[in-house]
Amino acid sequence: MIPIWYYAGNKLGRELKSRQVPLLALAAAFSFVIMMFNVPIPGGSTGHAVGAAIIGIVLGPWAGVIAISVALVLQALMFGDGGITAIAANCFNMAVIMPFSGYYIYKFISGSAPLASSRRIIASAVAGYVSLALAATSTGIMFGIQPLLHKSAEGVPLYMPYGLNVTVPAMLLEHIFGFSILEAVITALIFVYIQKTDSSLLYGEKETALERKRKKGTTA
Amino acid sequence: MDKTVKKLAIGLLVLVILCPLGLLAVGETFGEWSNEEMQEKLGFVPPGLESLSSLWSAPLPDYALPGSGDTMTMAAAAYILSAVIGVALCGGFLYLIGKKLARD
Repeated sequence: MIPIWYYAGNKLGRELKSRQVPLLALAAAFSFVIMMFNVPIPGGSTGHAVGAAIIGIVLGPWAGVIAISVALVLQALMFGDGGITAIAANCFNMAVIMPFSGYYIYKFISGSAPLASSRRIIASAVAGYVSLALAATSTGIMFGIQPLLHKSAEGVPLYMPYGLNVTVPAMLLEHIFGFSILEAVITALIFVYIQKTDSSLLYGEKETALERKRKKGTTA
Repeated sequence: MDKTVKKLAIGLLVLVILCPLGLLAVGETFGEWSNEEMQEKLGFVPPGLESLSSLWSAPLPDYALPGSGDTMTMAAAAYILSAVIGVALCGGFLYLIGKKLARD
């Protein structure tokens, strides 16, 4: 993860506008809080959304890497959540896979649709849904290879006791029928709000002169 | 600050106040089992996990104040406090970093 963080920091240094700074701070704080909302699912397990897709869409994937990583590191250090030995894995799954897949899915579905179009709302929802499902799958694979990689001489698993045949379906199913839906709703809600109030905040989009003029006309 | 950002910050504040709802969920996240839960499920604690578990002690483990009892009110208060700390540290850190990096 260290080279990714290094690169993301550099990238952010080139791209970040001072107008986005409060939004970046807000994004990390939002991701931290949304992960505290544990949601129960049938079967006695719990999980949470991450909010990473919307951060990728609004601030760009590299800003997403930084914001979500900060939230995850703080969780581990301060609250023992996730754990410090899992920081790199957690960051890769939630702070890299999610903002990138979220942003590019959103871009791909949006195509050249106008900023105010409902197609973009659907794109954001799908981005939220798929990005979390991908992160869950990757986490499931990382869990599942543990018993293959790390076991004692007698074959006792050192860390994760379950293999891929358990971990991948477990992670994937509980997300595609549960937490990913939540992530999709959160992503779409925040997207609609920003789209309606100030779409110039969206990453890579500039308010066209025409739109600005129209806005001035309505407020004057 | 942008008006939209301000409104989003208010939304975040509401989430912080509501966050104890996240305590209502019973059960543990897949793969985040404690040593006790592993013992119960498997009959043993994977030895690697056992030796790693003393590597780090978090000041506020599981978003609770150590030794504050386990009433729901205390738990909810500690959870909100944790959220406030999380928001302040995450937001504050990125605000400073952002200010340093941003150029116009």
